[in-house]
Amino acid sequence: MSDTPARPAGDTFGFIRRNIREYGILFALVIIMAFFQIVTGGILFRPVNLTNLFLQNSHIVIMAVGMLLVIVAGHIDLSVGSVAAFVGALAGLMIVKMGLPIPLVIVLSLIAGAIIGGIQGYWIAYWKIPSFIVTLAGMLVFRGLTMWILKGQNIGPFPREFQMLSSGFIPDIFGPDKPNTLSLILGWGAAVAILWLQIRARRREESMGIADEPFAFFAAKNALIFMALVMMTWALANFRGLPNVFMVMAVLVALYAFISERTTIGRRIFAIGGNAKAAKLSGINSERVVFMTFANMGMLAALAGLVVSARLNSATPKAGEGFELDVIAAVFIGGASMAGGVGTVIGAVVGAFIMGVMNNGMSILGIGIDYQQIIKGLVLMAAVIFDVSNKSKS
Amino acid sequence: MDAILEMRGITKEFPGVKALDNVNMTVRRGEIRALVGENGAGKSTLMKVLSGVYPHGSYDGEILYNGKPMAFRGIHDSEAQGIVIIHQELALVPQMSIAENIFLGNEIATRGVINRHETNHRTAELLAKVGLRESPETRVGELGMGKQQLVEIAKALSKKVDLLILDEPTSSLNEHDSDALLRLLASFREQGMTAILISHKLNEISQVCDSLTVLRDGATVAHHDGMVPESRIIKDMVGRSMDDRYPPRDPQIGEVVMQVRDWTVEDPADSERLLVKGASFELHRGEVLGIAGLMGAGRTELAMSIFGRSMGKYRSGQVTIGGQPVDLSTVPKAIKAGMAYVTEDRKSLGLVLIDSIRRNIPLANLPGVATRGIVDRHREGRIGNDFRQRMNIRSSSIEQETVNLSGGNQQKVVLSKWLFAGPEILILDEPTRGIDVGAKYEIYTMIRDLAAQGKSIIVISSEMPELLGITDRILVMNEGRLVGELPTEEATQEKIMSIIISSGHDLTETNVTPEEIEAETAHV
Repeated sequence: MSDTPARPAGDTFGFIRRNIREYGILFALVIIMAFFQIVTGGILFRPVNLTNLFLQNSHIVIMAVGMLLVIVAGHIDLSVGSVAAFVGALAGLMIVKMGLPIPLVIVLSLIAGAIIGGIQGYWIAYWKIPSFIVTLAGMLVFRGLTMWILKGQNIGPFPREFQMLSSGFIPDIFGPDKPNTLSLILGWGAAVAILWLQIRARRREESMGIADEPFAFFAAKNALIFMALVMMTWALANFRGLPNVFMVMAVLVALYAFISERTTIGRRIFAIGGNAKAAKLSGINSERVVFMTFANMGMLAALAGLVVSARLNSATPKAGEGFELDVIAAVFIGGASMAGGVGTVIGAVVGAFIMGVMNNGMSILGIGIDYQQIIKGLVLMAAVIFDVSNKSKS
Repeated sequence: MDAILEMRGITKEFPGVKALDNVNMTVRRGEIRALVGENGAGKSTLMKVLSGVYPHGSYDGEILYNGKPMAFRGIHDSEAQGIVIIHQELALVPQMSIAENIFLGNEIATRGVINRHETNHRTAELLAKVGLRESPETRVGELGMGKQQLVEIAKALSKKVDLLILDEPTSSLNEHDSDALLRLLASFREQGMTAILISHKLNEISQVCDSLTVLRDGATVAHHDGMVPESRIIKDMVGRSMDDRYPPRDPQIGEVVMQVRDWTVEDPADSERLLVKGASFELHRGEVLGIAGLMGAGRTELAMSIFGRSMGKYRSGQVTIGGQPVDLSTVPKAIKAGMAYVTEDRKSLGLVLIDSIRRNIPLANLPGVATRGIVDRHREGRIGNDFRQRMNIRSSSIEQETVNLSGGNQQKVVLSKWLFAGPEILILDEPTRGIDVGAKYEIYTMIRDLAAQGKSIIVISSEMPELLGITDRILVMNEGRLVGELPTEEATQEKIMSIIISSGHDLTETNVTPEEIEAETAHV
């Protein structure tokens, strides 16, 4: 193995080759959205459909940010769908049957999720039982427990206050006129803030001499993201404003992207997935980190469970079936590696939206669930084949 | 002379390295020939050429077997001719039975259906030959290392074998099992089999071999068609001139910093086998302490078990640092006590290869680049650039993935990682293995500078000239024991080797029986 000679500045081709995955995924999402926008005759980006797109996929995004950390750490969690259903059922019991106040129920539900995740994480981290097995067991156990506490029945309806979690929109403090002014301020404010942060980071990289993204790429990527946010906000603000669950999602994505990239705990998770032995010999308490990662996943699954039951307006024994597969697929489409150590939160979110846009677009076109499954499977396969061939080339 | 094998003028080059340079070796029919040399002398490469792992055409020179030139394209070709090699790492599937392992890939079957009766019958015959009294259906994982080694030999015998090659067959066996294996080898010779034995243990070689070939730096330096005194073998093995260069230094050795007493570690898989046996030593401020020994002597085990019990199973022993007993039972505790361990296996134990230089450096001290858990990338980048410059890490930038660095630069990243953790005591395990001469000199200079700053350094190395060139004092380790200590100015390669050899003799002469080993292990 020889040293790579110092690259000349602005080596665009080399940069593309090294970062093809990150651009590829964003590019794929743009292509897929453009495709469905055209074939559905413009329905995809109608404000009402865009709103639906967020409402229908929020639970996947919420769980994908946690699953990304689990997969980066070199593990997997198959139990998230069942845990979401179980916590949804618990919440139904507490709200409908016991009449507990809703904020308290939300807190208790999240704690329950964290405990469930923690129990599974305990066996995985400290007993070294493969996560596939522990969470497969968890998937069965919590599905069964859901059926048991619901006695096979649905519980509902929920009070309006709880439904707002999923189907509500942020209030407009500036009056009821359209467009929704607060939504515009938040959405456009976020777009400006992201742009500013990116420019600041770029400046720092340049000052340290480590900016290797060609300027044209940097400019194009950020212009695209900025425009997308501005236009999306405009569309949503002209309908009913930003959905509450969109806000939850946006905050979580920002928070987890920050955790994974900028905190010591994030670093530790990546190091464990990248080389568990080296991490351990560097003094990283791998057991504790893995345990926390699973506890966190349980908490996010619980939040997803609340969101889903609020949207369905009932807790049902069938809730959350197959969620785990959608979530895991989103993370892998988003570029995470099965071997661990590789992946980004943003990639996972984009992966979730690729799946979501395809579901939504194909449903609008009236394509049957049979074809939808086949196509989603092929997209997942294509994304991973792309990864593998890319890796073997380099 | 009836030669079964003649290897003539074998030269094998890897990119940038001549691993074998015009090597000749002749093996007479019916003898056990020893192949000896220091680590990296080219013994394994030579055997890979012979067995076809490196196919014909990828090397120069010729192989005559039973007088006919051979052109092996793979291991199948050499096995078809009756040349069978048993590698140092056993290739057995622990979950499968002895019989299944022996006939793995070579099953006794009719149209894909295995004949279990015949398989077991043949296995029982083979087990009788190697003197292993076990049922053919016993799972291999339930056997000790010695018995597994016998299964491996039985597996070799299941093929037509005229020339058996054993690569360090006793390196993971206890004394009793080693003796049994050597006796078995001698009995095969009675039955007319020829063997090549690669070993570091010269006493074993004297015990069973008829002749020997010595390799050094990829060249044959001596052939002896009969046994010669071990002192002569040692001279042949290490007789290289001190052409490596070492930075001059002026040691300032201070008070005792660390004291290790009666450190004993057992093999987690076999509690009767001790990896480290009652090691005691002291380390001073500003001192560079070398630990010499052959491969498998227990040096890495000693170092890694002290550093957070990262290897083996702790049995007994204490460590004091600065006069105070310290708890080093986990890696974080060892780091907190001021220790650092730079591994010999930087790829699998030292680096996160898929990560950049910048992200690898703070790994042992993440709080050092973070404020309340949030990584300050500015500070991290500055530190990365700092180390890149100071350690002269040759890379395009600190963003380069460590997998793409050369061995020497990878090692500098690992060293940077540990220096950033701010240790007082550094253990460097084979710090220059597999890196080029220029980078070696840089690493020697760093070691010297660290010692001059008052750090205490332990260097484990299989390259004796290196130990003689950079250390102040040398401990000699053999078979899990510290068997000698000498100031570097009085040390020579011959002295160190003879300490190792005579310590091996002590064990054989006192005839440690398995009962005694058990008694030794029982009282703790």
